[in-house]
Amino acid sequence: MSIMEYNGGSCVAMAGKNCVAIASDLRLGVQSISLTNNFPKVFAMGDKTYLGLTGLATDVQTLYELFRYKVNLYKFREERQIQPKTFANLVSSTLYEKRFGPYFSFPVVAGVSNDNTPFICGFDSIGCIDFAEDFIVSGTATEQLYGMCESVYEPNLEPDDLFETISQALLNAQDRDCISGWGCVVYVITADKCIKRLVKGRQD
Amino acid sequence: TTTLAFRYQHGIVVCVDSRASAGPLIASQTVKKVIEINPYLLGTLAGGAADCQFWETVLGMECRLHQLRNKELISVSAASKILSNITYSYKGYGLSMGTMLAGTGKGGTALYYIDSDGTRLKGDLFSVGSGSTFAYGVLDSGYRWDLSKQEALYLAQRSIVAATHRDAYSGGSVNLYHIDENGWVFHGNFDVDSLIWEAKDNENSFAHIPR
Repeated sequence: MSIMEYNGGSCVAMAGKNCVAIASDLRLGVQSISLTNNFPKVFAMGDKTYLGLTGLATDVQTLYELFRYKVNLYKFREERQIQPKTFANLVSSTLYEKRFGPYFSFPVVAGVSNDNTPFICGFDSIGCIDFAEDFIVSGTATEQLYGMCESVYEPNLEPDDLFETISQALLNAQDRDCISGWGCVVYVITADKCIKRLVKGRQD
Repeated sequence: TTTLAFRYQHGIVVCVDSRASAGPLIASQTVKKVIEINPYLLGTLAGGAADCQFWETVLGMECRLHQLRNKELISVSAASKILSNITYSYKGYGLSMGTMLAGTGKGGTALYYIDSDGTRLKGDLFSVGSGSTFAYGVLDSGYRWDLSKQEALYLAQRSIVAATHRDAYSGGSVNLYHIDENGWVFHGNFDVDSLIWEAKDNENSFAHIPR
């Protein structure tokens, strides 16, 4: 029994032209039994900074609460929103604190910084940052997502095209994974706004 | 996997899903889990795909041999005993199969459950596979001996749909079969996703799924 596959779930982030997108499935289960279709794995950490958390659901919730707490303290101290790159380093050092007893989660960060440059990165469970220009995948459908992203992704997409690309990548990847799916949520982040969309998926 | 079969006044309904998984990976959504042994006998497939497929093909051969030797069709009870004798003789060697044999023959319609432990049970209602508990939930609440043919086919299909929704290792499409004294008739292959949305629209079930 793998702890990373106990609850199931997947997440993907993509960078476009002056925009980024991040998406996750909505399923939460206990091994084979699907419990709820209302468990998004993407969380807002600022107006233009988003965090995706896959893996063990209890750690997903714990980490979300922990980062919400830390980001709020940052906001009070600095009197400004945290930048994606700064947040990525916060995630990394927080994960490494538990080097010998890690959280069972592979986080993803996606955002647009103040100078309008897109930023995406992924982590392993103990905080090693994987900076990427194109896409980051995480979760139980990782292999399927790599297959989809490697074949459908192209650089410098406009927000609307980026939405189509990331939605199709996630939808088709999770349709090849037993323990991901039950619909998905997609965020497209640009310099001036962030659009959240719930996308229908197969219900089996 | 979810498979089910039940006997009722007009014969037997057999219904199965079509998902094959290898760990968490979905290997196929278009597997045929009903094996057509002869025009009067159906076998269902759950557990090891290769084990079920191979031994039910062997069973098909044995049934044909019986027909040639005795100049009459094999009874469902005799056929099921051939299969259970095989699984019992391989007990401990790691075979994995949970199968139902449904058919019509000398003694009228009959339904048997056979598994790789060597179990052989005669009965009126069975469900087998990882999604069987979910299927039983719907099946038990709607099953009666005097179901009409239309009601019976829908109950079977609806039970599989419920199971594919909640069980991660069931899904794809349903395959529906009906058996009466003239043998089996295939009643179609339906995508499970469409059936869930249809059920939601028509009977207000699946209320937890947002539209």
